[in-house]
Amino acid sequence: MSDRRGRRLAERCHVKRLSWAIALAAAAGPGMVVLAADGPVDDQLVIDGREMITRTMAPAGHPLPEVLSGWLFREAETRATEADSFANPGMLAVERGEELWNTVDGSAGKSCTSCHGNAADSMKTVGANYPKWDAAAAKPVNVELQINKCRVAQMGAEAYGFDAPDQLALTAYVKHQALGTPMHLDLAAGDMQSWWDKGKAVYYTRMGQLNLACASCHEASTGKYIRADHLSQGQVNGFPTYRFNTGGMVSLHNRFRGCIRDTRAEMPKAFSDELLALEVYVTWRGTGLSVETPAVRQ
Amino acid sequence: MATPKPRIKVPKTAKVGEVIAIKTLISHDMESGQRKDKEGKLIPRKIINKFSCTFNGQPVFACDIEPAISANPYFEFNARLSESGSLKFTWVDDDGSIYADEHQIEVA
Repeated sequence: MSDRRGRRLAERCHVKRLSWAIALAAAAGPGMVVLAADGPVDDQLVIDGREMITRTMAPAGHPLPEVLSGWLFREAETRATEADSFANPGMLAVERGEELWNTVDGSAGKSCTSCHGNAADSMKTVGANYPKWDAAAAKPVNVELQINKCRVAQMGAEAYGFDAPDQLALTAYVKHQALGTPMHLDLAAGDMQSWWDKGKAVYYTRMGQLNLACASCHEASTGKYIRADHLSQGQVNGFPTYRFNTGGMVSLHNRFRGCIRDTRAEMPKAFSDELLALEVYVTWRGTGLSVETPAVRQ
Repeated sequence: MATPKPRIKVPKTAKVGEVIAIKTLISHDMESGQRKDKEGKLIPRKIINKFSCTFNGQPVFACDIEPAISANPYFEFNARLSESGSLKFTWVDDDGSIYADEHQIEVA
């Protein structure tokens, strides 16, 4: 293509885009907001009077300069629903989780309260510091698995199945206690570093018929549209999350599996080593972001 | 499904003539009657079909609710009150159950 033709084409495209913008502005009329084509928005998340950290400097060795919460990539109505804990439907799961926390279950006649007392004190930072190194199992343990461990070993109860409503509710309740606390993992504990390495390898491995890695969307294309959806950095600080899409709570491993399914790859099992390693790595990628559980997403 | 539990958020006090926001939420599956179970049979409709709010016996807000309303219906509306009293909220279920809640508000 000659330079002149190229320039003409560019001008034409520019004019076309401009006329679109005018048409949109006219259609929107006064008082309505035309959504910008790329995020994130400049907004402050305050939940129950507490300021959340939704934007922070990335930790050393992070591929992106700034770590951004997925909240900044959502539409105004979705953002407002999360900011109002009364309107947030995820809080229903948190309430159910509180009931479970106080409910005796299993042969030992114990509830969570029997050992951990008041969750507001004992679980204050748990949601921000998991997955944690579990020396006995010689692998990291996340909140869901820790709950199951307690249920089996301490309470003599059955472990929750993956994504059982009670698992989602209790996990949401436990993580919600850390609302506002910046996420931070202790990678020096045990073998955490090697799991971080494994997770990083998963993050950058292209998979599926579409040949996409996590990084293809959430690192290289943050802020762009994927069809009608807005790509965030894929941060995990709000899980389990309430999604309007399904009208229910979505766990982190469900989300991982959903993304992997969308690349048309075979999905690893929930809580498999592969996904646990990914959880360690992706949690680290959000270091410094406030825990937002239960976040509200589209 | 767990028993539907109503929740309301209203200020405890207000000034005469002040516009206050009233927020309500009830946990409910709102089964539309159009979904099928694994055997392909229709799951019978079971929704909250009416919601109303009264203040000292006078209507403030009421509406019929149809099957397209999502689970856990949330209503927010405003009111201007001129005296202290009690806000009463009722939700009517398809099976005839009535879930109710009440809130005292001091207006000065």
